[in-house]
Amino acid sequence: MTDAPFVTSRAELHPLRRAWARVTVGQTLIWLALGAGAWIAVFPYIWMVSSSLKPTNEVYDADFTIWPKSFAGFENYHGVLFEQPYPLFLMNSTIVCLGILAVQLVTAIPAGYALAKLRFRGSAILLGTVIACLTIPINVTSIPLYLGLVKLSLLDTYFAMMFPFMVSVFAIFLFRQFFKGFPDSVIDAARVDGFSEIEIVIRLIVPSALPAIAAFSVFSFVAHWNDLYWPLIVVQSQEKMTATLSMMQYQSEFDTNYGRSFAAATVITIPMMLVFLFARRSFIRGITMTGVKG
Amino acid sequence: MSAARGSLARRRALLAYALVAPASVLILLIYIGPIIAVIFASLTDYTLVRDGFSFVGLENYTAMFADEAFANALRNTVIYAAFFLPGAFFISLFLALAIQSRKKFRSVLEVLFFLPVTSTLAAMALVWAALMDSRQGVINNTLTSFGLEPVNFLGDPGFVLAALAAISLWSIIGFNMVLFLAGLTAIPRNLYDAAAIDGADHPVDRFFRVTWPMLAPTSVFVAVTTSITAFKLFDTVAVLTKGGPARSSEVFLYLTFLEGFEYFNMGYAAALSVFFLGLIFVFALIQTLLSDRRINS
Repeated sequence: MTDAPFVTSRAELHPLRRAWARVTVGQTLIWLALGAGAWIAVFPYIWMVSSSLKPTNEVYDADFTIWPKSFAGFENYHGVLFEQPYPLFLMNSTIVCLGILAVQLVTAIPAGYALAKLRFRGSAILLGTVIACLTIPINVTSIPLYLGLVKLSLLDTYFAMMFPFMVSVFAIFLFRQFFKGFPDSVIDAARVDGFSEIEIVIRLIVPSALPAIAAFSVFSFVAHWNDLYWPLIVVQSQEKMTATLSMMQYQSEFDTNYGRSFAAATVITIPMMLVFLFARRSFIRGITMTGVKG
Repeated sequence: MSAARGSLARRRALLAYALVAPASVLILLIYIGPIIAVIFASLTDYTLVRDGFSFVGLENYTAMFADEAFANALRNTVIYAAFFLPGAFFISLFLALAIQSRKKFRSVLEVLFFLPVTSTLAAMALVWAALMDSRQGVINNTLTSFGLEPVNFLGDPGFVLAALAAISLWSIIGFNMVLFLAGLTAIPRNLYDAAAIDGADHPVDRFFRVTWPMLAPTSVFVAVTTSITAFKLFDTVAVLTKGGPARSSEVFLYLTFLEGFEYFNMGYAAALSVFFLGLIFVFALIQTLLSDRRINS
């Protein structure tokens, strides 16, 4: 009984001492580096949102304050959303991204299923082609794609903006890998029960692939929302301008209302941040899946 | 019976073709056709400005290797890559190692470091330009408050490539960090226990005995994809510098873009694209060779 207090005090001391032992110079430096890194990662956003709430003459003030000294947020955002064609730009971006995603899913899911579960001549060639194309960026093929669209007089259309991305070899490969793990016995049982192959895809495979579909969808949407290169090549009019492409105008002093410029930048960037925050796990899974190919 | 099974197999094969047909047609139109066409176009003097073209053999390629603009773009890209690649690899690896063992704050740090990856670089480039502003930017205000000379990051030919590399690093480090984290998670714990029995219980020993060799496939993948990314530098150049000042930030892909879509020298721009294709092929080859060697050893 007498050594009971002693025992508890040692038990109390132990985690404290252990925690103290872990506080070394190295650990402290690592924490400082992580803190500084996180600040650098986030500060541009803080600065952007803060500036979007400021009047022009305050944006470049020598003494930067996070909260504006005179609040101009309402005017800035009102200007972006009601006086400038930003609703149109955002709508164009949304139409293009959703259009691309829809076609990508409709073409990649059946192809991925066939490559994973069905035997047919040429499947090895098709899979090899898909893997080879994984490394080919749009920058290599942009000239013939552009010339083809010029010949068909399709420049400055939603179709032109979507066309090069309508098949995602990455999605085909991703779904093929995912479907490979689906048990054959379940598919055979469904066939015995009289399911057609299309029904198997729609009623068995797609529901089982929802996590992969979600991961790819977020990945694809964000990638094409942020794309500058291809819209810069095929978009010619204000009517088809995407939100990201509109950022090009600011380089040439298009808007000397700095507060409003950064309100526009915020309006374009925030949707992707929200998509990421809400679908963080899917998004990161999509990224890591790119690392396990081959 | 066997006839029935044969017809069933045939029906299934037909169905397989139906399932892969849309994707296959699009791959032909979007990848195979254009790759053949770009190689073909690189052998012509085609410009969009006038109709018709003639074959010029390898003239575009000899012109390319004699072209001062091409040499300049290649030099700029290599200087940019020299700033960009070590940071993109080692800072990401450091962050992944530093946050993987933390229980607290791990997901918060993951989100914070990853945030820049999702952001619209064209928009954030404007923010970075403001932060790097030569007179009133936050970075120069900080420098002068430490008694240092202000730097014209994007306007000085000696600084612009390093400044662009810094923006690129900001936007890619979270991406590579996530790849490294995935690689680290895949290392079996018992390897560390085994190494500890062998006397490697210092973190540095553990890193060189277990982590680094086991992480090799991830490292090769990150190194190769990041190298290709370095050659794809475009958005920040297009939005911020347009290749300036004095063509000191005219990098490879931006030059290709100018030749093709500003000057409409399609034959010549096609040759530049084929050069890029060759470069990607070399990187893919390096990756394959390195990962094969890992498996054999």
